[in-house]
Amino acid sequence: MNDALGSPQSVLCLGGGSEIALATVRKLVGARCRTVVLAGRDPGALTTPAKELRDLGATTVETVAFDALEVASHDAFVADVFSSHGDFDLVLLAFGVLGDQDLAETDGAEARRIVATNFIGAVSVLVPVVQALRKQGHGTIVVLSSVAGERARKSNFVYGSSKAGLDAYCQGLGDSLVGTGVRVMIVRPGFVHTKMTEGMAAAPLSTTPEVVADAIVTGLGRGSEIVWAPAPLRFVMSALRHVPRAMFRRLPV
Amino acid sequence: MRPDRASVQPGDDVLLSGWGGTAPSRARLTTPLNDADVGTLLDAAPERGAIARGLGRAYSDAAQNAGGMVLDMTAMAGVHAVHLGRGIVTVGAGTSLDALMRWLVPRGWFPITPGTRFVTVGGAIASDVHGKGHHADGTFGQHVRSLTLRTGGGEVLTLTPETTPERFWATVGGLGLTGVILDATFDLIPIETSLMSVDEERCRDLDDLMSRMVEGDERYRYSVAWIDCLARGASLGRGILGRGNHARLDQLPKERRRSPHRFDPKPVLVAPPFMPSGLVNTLSMRAFNELWFRKARHRHEGTLQSIGFFFHTLDMVEGWNRIYGVSGFVQYQFVVPDDAQEAVRIAVERLSGAGTASFLAVLKRFGPQNPGMLSFPTSGWTLALDIPVGNPGLPQLLDRLDDIVLGAGGRVYLSKDSRTRPEHLAQMYPRLDEFREVRAKLDPNGVITSDLARRLAL
Repeated sequence: MNDALGSPQSVLCLGGGSEIALATVRKLVGARCRTVVLAGRDPGALTTPAKELRDLGATTVETVAFDALEVASHDAFVADVFSSHGDFDLVLLAFGVLGDQDLAETDGAEARRIVATNFIGAVSVLVPVVQALRKQGHGTIVVLSSVAGERARKSNFVYGSSKAGLDAYCQGLGDSLVGTGVRVMIVRPGFVHTKMTEGMAAAPLSTTPEVVADAIVTGLGRGSEIVWAPAPLRFVMSALRHVPRAMFRRLPV
Repeated sequence: MRPDRASVQPGDDVLLSGWGGTAPSRARLTTPLNDADVGTLLDAAPERGAIARGLGRAYSDAAQNAGGMVLDMTAMAGVHAVHLGRGIVTVGAGTSLDALMRWLVPRGWFPITPGTRFVTVGGAIASDVHGKGHHADGTFGQHVRSLTLRTGGGEVLTLTPETTPERFWATVGGLGLTGVILDATFDLIPIETSLMSVDEERCRDLDDLMSRMVEGDERYRYSVAWIDCLARGASLGRGILGRGNHARLDQLPKERRRSPHRFDPKPVLVAPPFMPSGLVNTLSMRAFNELWFRKARHRHEGTLQSIGFFFHTLDMVEGWNRIYGVSGFVQYQFVVPDDAQEAVRIAVERLSGAGTASFLAVLKRFGPQNPGMLSFPTSGWTLALDIPVGNPGLPQLLDRLDDIVLGAGGRVYLSKDSRTRPEHLAQMYPRLDEFREVRAKLDPNGVITSDLARRLAL
């Protein structure tokens, strides 16, 4: 069960290789979390983080195969993982690909891969996850969105639009779940230094997985619906949202 | 259309939380009207089980059952049998102490009461509640002569401390997990009047407060101190000690002697239905605490106070839990042995240091422990305080306080707990395994469960 201060005892992490997800789960294991299921495309790559979580005090850590693109398998995957572990207090949806924007502008396959992973894959797995959480009568879904979804930019609008779709879906989902005991928290990180962004020029207000993880843990404690990381991005983005198109497209962002 | 009276209604799915408003969960809320209904409902309990709920005053998740069934027991209220000559009454488990006292006090009798009248008798037993009189009278459960329990295994049992001590003392303080209490028979305290004769003292610091409690408590049937958790330095732990006895008839002014048992408490204020979080903060609390401290005179003896004012101060503000806003609050209550005064000092220091706003910090000295396996009170000092949630350092602060409490041989109150670590439970409650054995026998299929039971792996 989630306690009064937002600490879960069990976590299902979709996208178990995500550095933000692992930084978050490490902090949760430091509090009350004892059961962790890390789901990812290559479960073999998750054995090292799994061991680390055990060393931190988690008693049950399991790695399972999960592919966001294999949408046909999602219902069975969710049914399986809930039936073998019981309740999950927290489901952390952390998978996503940045993709190659330039390639995606000319290559339909790359554009489809980005949208199919970040939006369709996420929606596809959220449907059975929500059903399972509704049945147990409690639980929190944390979804990694992005500031890129707040307003699409010419430099990464394929990724941005996929996150915009996910973000909008989760806002509606969260509202639809009021009164069910299940809640949704949307996380909108800015530029985070991870393997996903390796080699890219850092944007202003760039941050680290640790900072995003702290923001997530604080948001869980407060019962937040939307979390920005770092926090000042909320104000930056609320200004950028209103910049006229003609000016926005000239901004070096 | 009139609902069908022949069978109990299936109920509705609702979101339930405790009095603190934290960690809500959804369950099917059903309303049994009689003992047979309870049986029908438990026999048809869903996979995720069932738990009884009274007036929802447990601060956290004791009367919640996510994805399962919750039995609203408040319709099973009323006096079933009475022997007022001897001060014994049998009531339905859903009877509130408020209703009971409105009936009993004018007749010259008084039950064990916690800080609110808005608890049911079933809830009072399941939490084994205590009040300001614990050092003299013990807990509510110690006054229970017998109770009827519908177990998860399908039995209807009459439990008494003499004939079925194990099952009785597993049920008293058992958080509702041994079954659904249907009714209870218990002893009452005779009172000459419905007023309290109260002495109040302003105490300059924690040492002053604690030494006065050690010296004087036995002269009073009821005793409790309020601590200003925001006072630091030399006035750390300053507070007001309020102690009293039921007033005798000759202590009443002449005009009141004609109706010595008059009792008609009303809320004087109603909290607004919606409050933003964050209004209760260190600044507003500091102002409130300062006022509260200054209003008490240095020493004030023999004041006559009503039962409502003395015992149930917060009941005067209807829905006072809402002032903490939608994020809610936690209540942290622990007890440490008499010789662990230092643990109380450290707790007050840490809380003052963290600037954690607390509406009320209440200090009391408990009398001896009873045989209740999970009953909270043990001989020593108990400190209780409300803290709004949302402060990022709060989980760690309370974890450190848990460590101090454990180190001193103490425990936290499970009916109020909303965040303690399950791995500490066996150390806090050494009879936990006995409780688990009794529970397993009474409920072999695990029908009875709650969010609290899941969270703490009871």
